[in-house]
Amino acid sequence: MSAGARDARPESFPAAAPAALANAQVRANIGHATSTIRRKRAGVVAEVPDWELLRDAAAALKDEALGRLDEVLVELEASVRAAGGEVHWARDAAEAGEIVTGLVRAEGATEVVKVKSLATDEILLNEALEGAGIHPIETDLAELIIQLAGERPSHLLVPAIHKNRVEIRDLFRARLGLPELSDDPAELAEAARLHLREAFLRARVAISGANFAAADTGTICVVESEGNGRMCTTLPDTLITVMGIEKAIPRFRDLEVFLQLLPRSSTGERMNPYTSLWSGVRAGDGPQRFHLVLLDAGRTRVLADPTGRPALRCIRCSACINVCPVYRQTGGHAYHSPYAGPIGAILAPQLAGERGTVASLPFASSLCGACYEVCPVKIDIPSILVHERGKAVARERKGMEGRSLHALGRAFATREGYERAQRLGRSLQRPVARDGWITHFPPGPLAAWGRARDLPALPAQTFREWWESRERA
Amino acid sequence: MTERVALFVTCLADTLYPEVGKATVTVLERLGVEVAFPLEQTCCGQLHGNSGYPAEAAGLARRFVEVFEPYDAVVTPSGSCAAQVREHVPALLGGDDHGVPARTWELSQFLTGVLGVDDVGSRYAGSVAYHPTCHSLRLLGVGDAPLRLLRGVRGLELVDLPDAEECCGFGGTFAVKNADVSAAMLDEKLAAIAASGAEAVCACDSSCLMHIEGGLHRRGSAVRTVHLAEILAS
Repeated sequence: MSAGARDARPESFPAAAPAALANAQVRANIGHATSTIRRKRAGVVAEVPDWELLRDAAAALKDEALGRLDEVLVELEASVRAAGGEVHWARDAAEAGEIVTGLVRAEGATEVVKVKSLATDEILLNEALEGAGIHPIETDLAELIIQLAGERPSHLLVPAIHKNRVEIRDLFRARLGLPELSDDPAELAEAARLHLREAFLRARVAISGANFAAADTGTICVVESEGNGRMCTTLPDTLITVMGIEKAIPRFRDLEVFLQLLPRSSTGERMNPYTSLWSGVRAGDGPQRFHLVLLDAGRTRVLADPTGRPALRCIRCSACINVCPVYRQTGGHAYHSPYAGPIGAILAPQLAGERGTVASLPFASSLCGACYEVCPVKIDIPSILVHERGKAVARERKGMEGRSLHALGRAFATREGYERAQRLGRSLQRPVARDGWITHFPPGPLAAWGRARDLPALPAQTFREWWESRERA
Repeated sequence: MTERVALFVTCLADTLYPEVGKATVTVLERLGVEVAFPLEQTCCGQLHGNSGYPAEAAGLARRFVEVFEPYDAVVTPSGSCAAQVREHVPALLGGDDHGVPARTWELSQFLTGVLGVDDVGSRYAGSVAYHPTCHSLRLLGVGDAPLRLLRGVRGLELVDLPDAEECCGFGGTFAVKNADVSAAMLDEKLAAIAASGAEAVCACDSSCLMHIEGGLHRRGSAVRTVHLAEILAS
């Protein structure tokens, strides 16, 4: 069973990594795809002379919204209601699931079409719908592939990045009843198009996420490439949008900044093909019933931590994922969260209250800082990773690492302790050092180092011993 | 302005790579800088800070500031330790840092930026690939200072390292806590080093060089690692 299978048993990142690393095909797919996107991104970002100013502006706008989110959300609620929509508040995943299934049932529908939405992935809305006898149909091509395969997305923007077209052909042959299908991309896309077209025409209810929601006008914004989202937001009678509360922005005009940053950062395009904007309902045009579900699910807890809070600025572009050397090795499934890569490593643990498998994610980084460099809303991801590590350590102050680092901290607090530790290191290595190298490692933390690397042995004289001998000379 | 310059050798170079400390002293003294080495120095606290032990890191940061407070400049042969001091120590101490972080310099920054020297009068035979370590590049922002210094070395053939700015996979405790991923990242770095055809790989951080050197040795590679200070001292 692949690591992305829906019922795979969750495990910590280091425990999940070896299986991911062993899959050469997936690593090759991901390496190729992320390299292509990051090259495109670098090209289109370099064209924008005020890119850094845009980043500063976006960070400031998001901080403003997050700093007075209570007011912004109430304003958004009033604006949506004034425009003929309804607003629902969901404390957690279960509450959101109940609200949405209730709304779908009230329409008498047993099937819904879905726009690609991370928030609904996060709260496992499809499972909630299925549990209520409602069949959700993912209409984003990659999300459809993932749904048909019974897997989980492995990338924010390119959920099926781990699959190549031969795998997709086999999947479509089996699940769409097309035994003659080839692996020609155009033919694969056509097969999906025909399958989805039926669903669009049948559907009475659609479910979407939101990239942004402007509080002053009550306008929801969805950014996409395929146009399938546009089908969902225009054809059915009823549209339900599930949105994390951090997606609210104060003003419609703030979109000017975000819509410049998002496509260049995510797909490496100057402009995305489809930007859908709607405010409530309009008689005779599009859905006649609109419901906005505002989702907390841990976000107010993130908001309460001033150091971790900037993680909520994220506009889900995935630029950080595409430059991350850790993600490139493992892909997204090892993160056990729809939020993979650097942003996942700071967001998923915070949303979960630093509990469960995602608690290992802040350590799944070499702190190389490539993510911070490309983030369009300037989230200092390395600093938040370190902050989250502190929370994880405080939660479980036990084990060998904690004891070792405490002992080292105490030793390094004085010159005598430090020099004693240096001498201790030299005597401890005696049984294992040969010809200036340690190549065989005793069990313990160094054994993990030794699986792939040797270690130079400590020399006979430290720098300070040399310095003191020189001073005496 | 640089009357009293102190060397912060770093705990790693002090203990494992004393030649890097000696080379730093050689280069600075050659340029007429009088170098002091306060023996009370221990560690900047980076290991603790990055591992999630901010209280211990703050204690070591306080000690660092006390030890180096009397000096006009602090020079260190490590981009990541300099970055720890400049970028994290002020916050760890709530700003009570006596201006020490602002006058702490990574070696290549100090040579090119403070002393204004690109050519330190060194000579080195062989081809060298430069690996810009992540913290020197992104956190500290040394820019092209190390490359300018390498270009000033007579006899040195500087060769391009493919995907030079990719992390080598060290990352402190990351190399142990996520050892498999770290090793996979190292594999890519070693492949790039091999592709460069260089006889040696050079960097401004002993920690990353330790990681790369450990991988090269395990694979029986003839490529050696060399710290920037060692090239400049030759």
